[in-house]
Amino acid sequence: MLSIQSIGNQLNTFFIEIGELSYFAGRYFKEAIKPPFEFKELLRQCYSMGNRSLLLVAITGFIIGLVLTLQTRPTLMEFGAVSWMPSMVGISIVREIGPMITALVCAGRIGSGIGAELGSMRVTEQIDAMEVSGTNPFKYLVVTRVLATTLMIPLLVIVGDAIALYGSFLVENLKGNVSFTLYFNQVFDSLEFGDILPATVKSFFFGFAIGIVGCFKGYYCKKGTAGVGKAANSAVVFTSLLLFIIDFIAVFVTDIFYEL
Amino acid sequence: MKETQDIATQSENLEQRPIVLQIKDLHKSFGDNHVLNGFNMTLYKGENLVIMGKSGSGKSVMIKCLVGLMEADSGSISVMNKDITTINRTTLDILRADIGFLFQGSALYDSMTVRENLEFPLRRHSEKFDHKTDTNTLVIEALENVGLADAIDLMPSELSGGMKRRVALARTLILQPKIILYDEPTSGLDPITAKEIILLMKEIQTKYNTSALIITHDVDCARFIADRMILLISGVDYAVGTFNELAASKDPKIMAFFKQ
Repeated sequence: MLSIQSIGNQLNTFFIEIGELSYFAGRYFKEAIKPPFEFKELLRQCYSMGNRSLLLVAITGFIIGLVLTLQTRPTLMEFGAVSWMPSMVGISIVREIGPMITALVCAGRIGSGIGAELGSMRVTEQIDAMEVSGTNPFKYLVVTRVLATTLMIPLLVIVGDAIALYGSFLVENLKGNVSFTLYFNQVFDSLEFGDILPATVKSFFFGFAIGIVGCFKGYYCKKGTAGVGKAANSAVVFTSLLLFIIDFIAVFVTDIFYEL
Repeated sequence: MKETQDIATQSENLEQRPIVLQIKDLHKSFGDNHVLNGFNMTLYKGENLVIMGKSGSGKSVMIKCLVGLMEADSGSISVMNKDITTINRTTLDILRADIGFLFQGSALYDSMTVRENLEFPLRRHSEKFDHKTDTNTLVIEALENVGLADAIDLMPSELSGGMKRRVALARTLILQPKIILYDEPTSGLDPITAKEIILLMKEIQTKYNTSALIITHDVDCARFIADRMILLISGVDYAVGTFNELAASKDPKIMAFFKQ
C-alpha cells in the first residue's frame, strides 16, 4: 500500500515537472520572437558549445564506427554478405546511432554544463542582478542557450556521422582492402532522402530538448551548492529520458510515412 | 540636551524632504510562513535608512519586493511616486535604472571581466546618457570611484571579497541611480574591509546625493551610516528612530539588537 502511494507521489511529481517544463518551453517561444535579440550572446554560445563538444563527439563517433564494423563483420561474413557492410553501417549510423549517441554525449557535456552554470548563477544571485539591471535574464540566458543547442546539435550530428563512417571505413580498408571511393559510394548509394531528413529533423528536437531541460533545471535551481549539483545531475537524467521518448516518437512518425 | 535637539532637528529636516520610496502595509507569506505582516517605511531624499532585523525576519524578502524580484501579497510600494506593484514590466525596467542594488554576495557575473560586468547594465539603459558619452569613460569613472581602476581587465575569480564588493558597488553606481539598496553590504568581510566599504558608501552618498536603504546586522555600520533606523521584528516595523534613540530604548526586544 505504501509502495503504491510512493509510486503515485513520484508520478505526481513527474507530471508536475512535465507541466512546469511545458510552461517554461512556452515562455521560451514567446520570448524568442520578441526583440531585442541577443545575437552576440547567441554566437558566443554556439561557438562555446560546438567547440567544447566537437572533440568528444568526434572520438565517440570514431569508436562507434570502429566497434560497429568490427562486431558486425563476422556475422555478415558467415552469411556471405560482407559487401553489404557499408550500406548497413551507413543506414544505421545516419538513421539512428549517430543522432542518438551524439545527443546523449551532448546531454552529458552541454546539458549538465548549462544546468550547473545557470544553477550557480541562480544561487549566487547573478540572475537577480541581471533582472535588477533591466536585462531580461530569460532572454539573455535561456533563449540564447536553447537556440544554440537547437542549431549546434544537428551540426555535431553531421560531424559525428561522418567520423563514425570514416572509422568504419578504416576497419573495412584494413580487413577487406576496400577503397575509400568504393566504400563511400556504397554508403551514399544505400542512403535515401527519407533516411537523412527524419534524422536531421530529429536532431533539431534533440538539441532543443538538451537546451530546454538544462536551462529549466538550472534556472529554477534550489538554493545551495547541493542544489547546483542536483540541477546538473537531473538535467542529464531527464534529458536522456526525453531523448529516448523523442526518438521513439520520431521513429514511429517516420514509420507511418514509410508505410504510406 | 544638545544631542537630543540635534536629533530632533535632523528628523524635522528629513520630513521636509521629498519621499523617494514608501512602503505601506506590505504583506508576504510563503505558505503558512507569514514573513511580512504589514510592514511600513518611508525613505526621504538623501537619507540613509538602515533596516535591522534577525535572520529570517524578512529583510531580504522586503528588499526583493522593492525591486520587483518578488511579488508582494498585498500592500503598496511606491518608488519615486510610481507604485511598482501595479506598473508593467517595461516601466519597471526603466525605473530600475534609478535604483541601484548591491547584493549580499556581490553577484558579479563570473563569466565576464570587471569591465564587462560594468558595461552590462549600460546595454539596456544607454538612453540615460548623452549619445556622445563613451562607455569606457563611464566604466573607468565608476571604478575610480571605488579605487579599483587597475582591476578593469581582471575576472571576478581573481578578486578578493572586498574587491568584489567594491566592483559590485561600481556596477551599481554606473547607472547613476537616485536610490541605492544595500543588502548586507559588510557581511562576510573582515572588520577593516567592512569599515572601508562603509566609508565608501558614505562617500558615495555625499558625492552623488543618493538616498540609501541599508539592510544590515552590523551595529557599527548602522551607527556610522544611519540617519534613521527601522527594527524589523515579526514582519512589522517594530521601532523607528535614530540610532541613539533606539540604542537608548528600554524595550527588551530593541535592546537585544544593541547588546553585541
